[in-house]
Amino acid sequence: MTMQFNDETFRGDYTYHNSPEAIRRFPFPFDQDTYMYSVNIEQHPGGPKGTPFEKMFDVDEHYVAEMKDREITLAEDPLRCQSLPHMELAGWDLLELIMVSKAKDYPDLFTLHRDGNDWHWINKPLGIEKKFTFLDATTLPCGPMEYITRQTQGDFALLHERDNNLWMDAGMITSQADWSLDFDVGMNFFEWHAPVPKARKMGVFDKALKFLLAVSQGQHYRRLNWTMTVNPRLDTSPENYHKWGPEKRTITPENVGQKQFLRVELQTFFRLPRSNALAFPIRCYLMNLEDIASNPKWGRRLHRVLRDIDPDLAEYKGFAVNQKFIVDYLSQFDDGAPTSPGIFPDA
Amino acid sequence: MKKLCLKVAEVEQLSPLVKRFRFEEPTGAALPVFSGGAHLTVEMPEGDMIRRNSYSLISDPYDGSGYEIAVRREDKGRGGSLYMHTKVAEGDEITVSVPSNLFQLDLRAKKHVLIAGGIGITPFLSQLRQLDMEQKPYELHYAARSREEAAGIKLLPQAAHVHVHISEEGSRMDLGSILDGQPLGTHVYTCGPDGLITAVADQTARLGWPKTSVHSEAFTAPPPGEPFDVVVKSSGKTVHVKADQSLLEALEAAKVEIDYSCRGGACGRCHTKVTACDGRILHNDHWLSDDERAAQQDIMPCMSRFKGTRLELDL
Ligand code: HEM
Ligand code: FES
Repeated sequence: MTMQFNDETFRGDYTYHNSPEAIRRFPFPFDQDTYMYSVNIEQHPGGPKGTPFEKMFDVDEHYVAEMKDREITLAEDPLRCQSLPHMELAGWDLLELIMVSKAKDYPDLFTLHRDGNDWHWINKPLGIEKKFTFLDATTLPCGPMEYITRQTQGDFALLHERDNNLWMDAGMITSQADWSLDFDVGMNFFEWHAPVPKARKMGVFDKALKFLLAVSQGQHYRRLNWTMTVNPRLDTSPENYHKWGPEKRTITPENVGQKQFLRVELQTFFRLPRSNALAFPIRCYLMNLEDIASNPKWGRRLHRVLRDIDPDLAEYKGFAVNQKFIVDYLSQFDDGAPTSPGIFPDA
Repeated sequence: MKKLCLKVAEVEQLSPLVKRFRFEEPTGAALPVFSGGAHLTVEMPEGDMIRRNSYSLISDPYDGSGYEIAVRREDKGRGGSLYMHTKVAEGDEITVSVPSNLFQLDLRAKKHVLIAGGIGITPFLSQLRQLDMEQKPYELHYAARSREEAAGIKLLPQAAHVHVHISEEGSRMDLGSILDGQPLGTHVYTCGPDGLITAVADQTARLGWPKTSVHSEAFTAPPPGEPFDVVVKSSGKTVHVKADQSLLEALEAAKVEIDYSCRGGACGRCHTKVTACDGRILHNDHWLSDDERAAQQDIMPCMSRFKGTRLELDL
């Protein structure tokens, strides 16, 4: 195996860390010095070599540790994974999409042999080898969506399309930015987006939904979303707010560079063939301010974005309490020089 | 829209007016599978323009060895079906879109009732197979004027829950008796003439069915009409739309960049803002609301036409 996987934790002693390579390929979400919501959708996959945009499902040094963290979260709260009965077919579609893509994109890590519906899956990093019958759930230890998403980084929502809307009828959600699958399951696009400030009035959600309904097979898309998290914690769920909410108060001017993380979500959209459902993977990348600022363009830009952001967004994203510490810290990296367009570091 | 270049593997005359076409990947590679009710958009090059029509897939959705469609010849249409009937032969190359679906089964249903009129049988042929594979209870009712016109009979399984109603033989379809007494949680799907779709909607409303359990195939081929001109705002260019062309086809022929998917007024992808309108937009789509239609500030170029002196589009 060519890839090295970190031995690290996303809770307790928080030993999570980014290697220089992970810092270089971080999906920095700001293409200019200001930020407001928009329908920021582009085609996926596709992007410079080595970036997380290159492959259908990015696998990186955090893979094994993230899957361990998911296991802990699920053991404590099985309702993080739910699938309404009519979504099982969509689960198989997702399993196929992920297994086929990973086997093609990472042949040294994953292998898939298919003979009709007799499938043989090998996942080397997690040490899994499984023979099963495609579309026959009795041949897997759990439902197809749960099976494959216990082996794939990122959260997953599966949306059922009906009445010109999308309904969150299945999901595996263990690394969410403060929203709950158990609360949102069965809701439609406008209902689950209701807490978001400003965007509905701006027409963002009407346009985004129309776009999503028209996504067809074989044409995939992505968008980036972001928020701020104290400590490298994947499970920032409302269910466990009592565990991570108070940690926001531990930020000081001295530790903000190490403890304050920019949390970026690489969200992708796939139309699934047999179920016509939409798959919505939400892949989370965490990097602390210190590591971000090691890249001069990103340090300057993040300072300007977070200094000038709309107060409603800072409140909704939950970092208003620490905004002053964050902006003061980042100001040392902003010499006022202009920044180049686009999200990638200057060469 | 992602495209596939396929080979016409079979052409079969199913009835005097209907032909079945089978397309396969020339290399023998597997095609993407699809869901019951999905359609393909077929490209038909004619002179310097490309006509594109959408047709329901009638083959097994989980079988990637080929795609099949059935096309009824419409002598009064814009020419798409005539092209399929007169120009397309076995061995030809043909360009199609990947399958997409605007008429999917709602797999939450306890039972599915499928009602087809005439060539409206086509989307149900793939749905039947999906329902069989998913082992869901269903019944299908297929109405046609005469046995000769009922091209779909050849493609239907012989089964107790498949009912054929031939009006010429005195067995008319009785919607009241079909729909009354269906178990709670039944969904009904209709595809066929507008009259049939309306009749099913009325009948289910009388019986108190929730609207969300009543589905119909919304897209049809764009109708021909009188020629008209349209102005493209960004370039100031005037584009002429011929009688047998849709506005979308005319814009494409004039190399104006415009997005599409269904080409049948159902997906919303071609939605375009109108910046000037002196006359009346003939809205033929199923996408815009009644208010939007009345305001004449939006148009769906895949289906709709115009009558008047000036129409300018925000393109
Ligand atoms: C079907 C796919 C999608 C799903 C399942 C989804 C789900 C969610 C959820 C659960 C939230 C959190 C809401 C809360 O606070 O409880 C959210 C936030 C949001 N969503 Fe979506 N979303 C989807 C697609 C989109 C698209 C296409 C856009 C395009 C603009 C969008 C824009 C937003 C924005 C702007 C927020 C606020 C995020 C923030 O400020 O951190 N979403 N979404
Ligand atoms: S292309 Fe689908 S509505 Fe026009």
